[in-house]
Order: sequence, then C-alpha cells, then structure tokens
Amino acid sequence: MSLKLLDEFRNPELCKGLLDKLHSLVDREFRFMEVCGTHTVAIFQSGLRSLLPEQVVHLSGPGCPVCVTHESEVNAFIDLAERDDVIVASFGDLMRVPGSRGRSLKKAQADGAAVEVVYSPPDALKLAAANPGKTVVFLGVGFETTAPTVAGTLLMAREQGLKNFKVLSFHKLVPPALVALMTDPGVRIDAFLMPGHVSAIIGVEPYKVVAERFGKSSAVTGFEPADILGALVFLAEHWKSGQPAAANLYPRVVRDEGNAKARAVMDQVFETTDALWRGLGMIPRSGLELRSEFEPFDAKKAFDLEIVESPALPGCRCGDVLKGKLRPDQCPLFKKACTPASPVGPCMVSTEGSCAAYFKYSMD
Amino acid sequence: MSEKVLLDYGSGGRASQRLVSELFLKHFDNPELERLNDAARLDLQGPVAMSTDSFTVDPIFFPGGDIGRLAVHGTVNDVAMLGAEPQYLTCGYIIEEGLPMDDLERIVASMGEAARHAGVYIVTGDTKVVPRGTVDKIFINTTGVGRIVADPMPSGDRATPGDAVLVSGTMGDHGLTILGTREGLSFEAAVQSDCASLNHLLLKLVRALPSVHVLRDPTRGGLATTLNEIAISSKAGMEIDEQSIPVRPEVAGGCSVLGLDPLYLANEGKFICILPEADAEKALEIMRQDELGRDACRVGTVTEANAGKVSLVTPLGGKRLLNMLEGEQLPRIC
Repeated sequence: MSLKLLDEFRNPELCKGLLDKLHSLVDREFRFMEVCGTHTVAIFQSGLRSLLPEQVVHLSGPGCPVCVTHESEVNAFIDLAERDDVIVASFGDLMRVPGSRGRSLKKAQADGAAVEVVYSPPDALKLAAANPGKTVVFLGVGFETTAPTVAGTLLMAREQGLKNFKVLSFHKLVPPALVALMTDPGVRIDAFLMPGHVSAIIGVEPYKVVAERFGKSSAVTGFEPADILGALVFLAEHWKSGQPAAANLYPRVVRDEGNAKARAVMDQVFETTDALWRGLGMIPRSGLELRSEFEPFDAKKAFDLEIVESPALPGCRCGDVLKGKLRPDQCPLFKKACTPASPVGPCMVSTEGSCAAYFKYSMD
Repeated sequence: MSEKVLLDYGSGGRASQRLVSELFLKHFDNPELERLNDAARLDLQGPVAMSTDSFTVDPIFFPGGDIGRLAVHGTVNDVAMLGAEPQYLTCGYIIEEGLPMDDLERIVASMGEAARHAGVYIVTGDTKVVPRGTVDKIFINTTGVGRIVADPMPSGDRATPGDAVLVSGTMGDHGLTILGTREGLSFEAAVQSDCASLNHLLLKLVRALPSVHVLRDPTRGGLATTLNEIAISSKAGMEIDEQSIPVRPEVAGGCSVLGLDPLYLANEGKFICILPEADAEKALEIMRQDELGRDACRVGTVTEANAGKVSLVTPLGGKRLLNMLEGEQLPRIC
C-alpha cells in the first residue's frame, strides 16, 4: 500500500472527530488491551496515547513475539549458537533477549558463537546453501503472521534437499493466549484491539470466543491513528450498550475469512502443541511444532533438545505487564535495573515491547 | 604495482614508497605533502579546532559515496561545527592484505577529490597492511584541524530557551542507504547517501550570523540522539514538530518496511543549527541558497520546561518523548 493512500488514515481532522466521539462515550474507566506490538508502538509513536480520554486505560497484551519468547527457549537458542557445527539464523530483535542465565544471543555472538541476523526465513536457506559444512538453524519465533513464511521455507528446503537446514520452531498462536488471559482471575480488560497482521492470516472467526464466552468485544484494525481511534469508538459503543461483538475494521488488508492458502501451508508443515509463554506459562495447544514428515528439518529432534522450564528472572514483572495487571513504570526494575541498553525482561528488549515503548516515548 | 595490496606495502620499504608516490602523491597533490618529511609543518594562528574520527563502513562503496569520501567529509564537518575553517587533514589507513589495488585507488582518488572540494590539504599520513582477516578490507582514520572563525564559538551547551531549532535538510538518507546496501535490499526508489562537506555553507552562516548558538551534525544516532545530547549539555528542553522534519518519501518508505525510524538514522551531510528566534529566517535563507541546504527548515524550539528532554509534537497534536537511541536499531520480526 502506498504511503499516500495511508495519509487519509492520519488525517488530524478525522482523528479529532473520532477522539471527540470517544470522549463523549466514555464516562467511567474503560480498559482496552491491544495484542500486537505494532499497535503498542503506533499508539505511543503517533502521540495518540497523550490524547486519549483520561478514563481510557491502554494496556499492552502478549502481542510481541519477542516478549513472549520464554527464557528457556532463549537458553536453547544460545546453546545451539555455541555449538561449533552450527550457525544460528535469527531475526534481529531476538539478539538482545536475555535467557534465564542472563546471557543473550548478542553476548554469545561477542564470545564467538556464529549468529547471523536475517531479514526473512528464505535468507536462512541461502545461508545453509552457502555453508554446506555447517548446520544452519533458523529460530522460528513469531505468531501466525510469521509461521506461514517459515512453513513455505521448509517446503523449499525439502524441494532443494538441503540437509543442513533446520528450524527450531517456537511459533505461538494468538487465540489460545487470549483465552488463557481471560481465564486469569486477576485480569481486568473491557475490550480488545486485535492484531492486523495476524488476523490477515487467521481471519475474525477465532476472536468470536472472546465475545461469546467472556462477553468482551474485539476489533481487528490497522496501525494508523484513524484505524485505532475508529476501533476504539466501536469498542466503546459496544461496551456501553452491553452487546459484545467481534468486528473486522481493517477490510483493506484483512478478509473476514483470513488467508486460507497461508493457513494450508502452515497446516501442511506444522501441528499444534503446548507452548511456554514468557509471563503466562504453559498454554495448551498454543504453539506450533514440525509435523513428523518434516523431522529431518526439526532442530529439536536433530539436536535432541529438551526445553526445561527455567525459573522466571528475579524481580522481573514482565508477566504482569503482559497481562495488563501492571503498568511498565509500576515495575520496580523499570528505568533502574531494566533499561533498553541492559534489559532484564523481554518487554524492555523488543522495540515493540510495552516497557521499551514506555521508556522510549512516555514523557512521565 | 601489483593487483592486490600485499603486506609489503606497509613495510616501510620500496613497496611502501611506491604506494606513496604512485597513489597518495598523485591524488592528494599538495606542496606540504610533497616534501615527504616525517611531519607536516602547519601555519596556524589563534584558536584552532581539532577532531579525529575512524571510519569502518560495510560496504566500502555505497550509493552516493565510499569510505574515502566519508573519511574526509566526516572530519571536515566535525571541525566545521565549531564555526571553524578546516585547513589540514591527516590520514591513516589500516588495510587488509589482498584488498584489490583498484579499490584502494578508487578510495584514495575519492578522498583527493573530496579534500579539494572542501578546500583542505591532506598533509601527512600512514599506511599499515595487516594479514587477511584481521581487519575488514580497510579502516581509515582522519584528523582535521582548522582555524576557528566564529566568535563566540558555537557549542553544544549553548542552546537557550526561546531559540529556534533548524535542520539543513532531509534526515536518514545515509543510514538507510548503508543498511539497505548491506542487506542487498532494493527500495521503491533509489536512496543515496547525503555524504558531503558542509564547511563552505557553515562558514557563510557563522560569518553572517555570529548569533549562532549551536552547530552539530546528526551522524550516528541520528537527529533524535543529537538533539538529546544538546538538550542535556544545555540543560534545556526542546519541543520538536514532527511534521516539519524533512524526510524523503523513499526513506520513509524504506524505514517503514524495515521497522526503522529515520530520526535515529545517521546523516553525513546535514547539520542542526540552533540560534535566537529573531535570526532564524535569515539563517534559513542562507542555508537554502546553498545546494547542501536546499531543504533546510525549522523543526522546533528550545524550551525552559522539560530540561534535558526532547519532546515531539506529532501530526495529531499529541506529545511524546523523543528519546536517545539505545544500542543499534535492529530489524524486527513482523
């Protein structure tokens, strides 16, 4: 989509109208959660956060793939990277995430481990082709948005017969995490902004459970200020009328039924499994692992990796932040022991993490 | 000379001499260097500005420039930011054995051209060649000196509440070009480095307007980081209007794809100028008359409130912190 086309969704007049509407709708505390790191950043970066009515409480949920990557998964990345026969290929924003032993891929790299930052999974495939003497392991982290591309890359690897390419799949699924969140007794959320990118793959159907089972509205929306404000007005209206609904307010990118082709590729390669989420713990059927016919490409099998749940980092409250129970600046480590330069928890590492966004953009 | 740079060329013997006479003297042609003494003799009077910088860029050739040009422009600009007239440069090379001689000549020729354009002499230098793998192709250090013309001298701690904050042109061109070339990414439209020597324009500016309080070039860390440094040194706040910051559409597009922010990307041919409100229009007029300041504009105001912090007013009218860069910018997952 061209930037010009997006200009109308940034129109200050349009946004002002929507803000006025929101002001008139919200007469008591209204707590909304976004479940996508790109929304987190968009709300801060556009200055929208400073313009929201005081009673609108903005919470950032478990929507940043880096933030929910469990410390024991990071330990596994580092263990692999430190093997002489392995080159680890990773997305850039995983580099600084600390594992439970306080080490990160970046530190391992400085100590001589072979870690290559790639921009897309097929780049890792090229890396494998160029390094036949090594095993290239791609770190499969991300939600439904990333998983189809990784699945497509695995199909390519099989076609090319690349024996030295593996994927360590820690992909996670958004809908099971929402259910886990809503069943947590301490969580107070009135409505959800649903992720634009993830929904382009899974569609709107999986969110209906939030309305039907938990009585909360949700809206899939884009990342421009008018997208977000339009969705907030919709959510506030339904919250006020007591009629929960699940809407797709991002039809220029998301089809209600999602992208069946991408899901088919994903299903061909992956199957669901229980997964560990940082801060949320084990969530049943919330992760993706390689199907048995892709075993030759499965790093877990090839290196006999067992992911042992390690204890949470001492003092880190990322889990409570991800559940919307705690504002980043309420964490005792925030801006003290934990800064983007030396992060303790993942919410501070990822540029799309809520603590990092708070640190970077909040005037408080 | 051989097709590749060999260890011999850094030995100090005949091979080194050949490199000096056939390459450096040819391209850096100036009377002081030709004497080939152990040191250069300089004529300097009054207060002098001095700056040094080491250049290690991957790739060494990129759209809009190369490591050689960058090494001249970078140091010339640092000296010029004190309201000084850069006069002399030194130049030290650490070269990886096996670098194609053609590449070295291209770099040296480009430095010669950049120095002539900036009006500085490269008066002394050194070359070391190290075994393959111990450096990445070529590292260059340059040190520059020049007479300070501006009185009082512009300085990063002189931003004063009420001052206007100006930038000389578009932000992020160099940083995005380097990241894009390094990763082999192609963008919708060609982006290229803005690498240029700003000394002629800066001298015009400080000669016409002695009221200039601060001149800084937003190189590594970009505009956001440099503004924060100024706010901290000056113990003042800053309010920047996001909409008025010039960014090329192709740079904005490339950044949005990669999850980068142009306000944190390096510039190599731009400067920030902070001066009293009353002289802002005059400064912009001078800047815009020059090719290198064509897109100059005012981006904000120095404030008494929020000392040490920079706030950004967004197009929506919201306000948020514009913080310093933390570590390097890394491309994101999704």
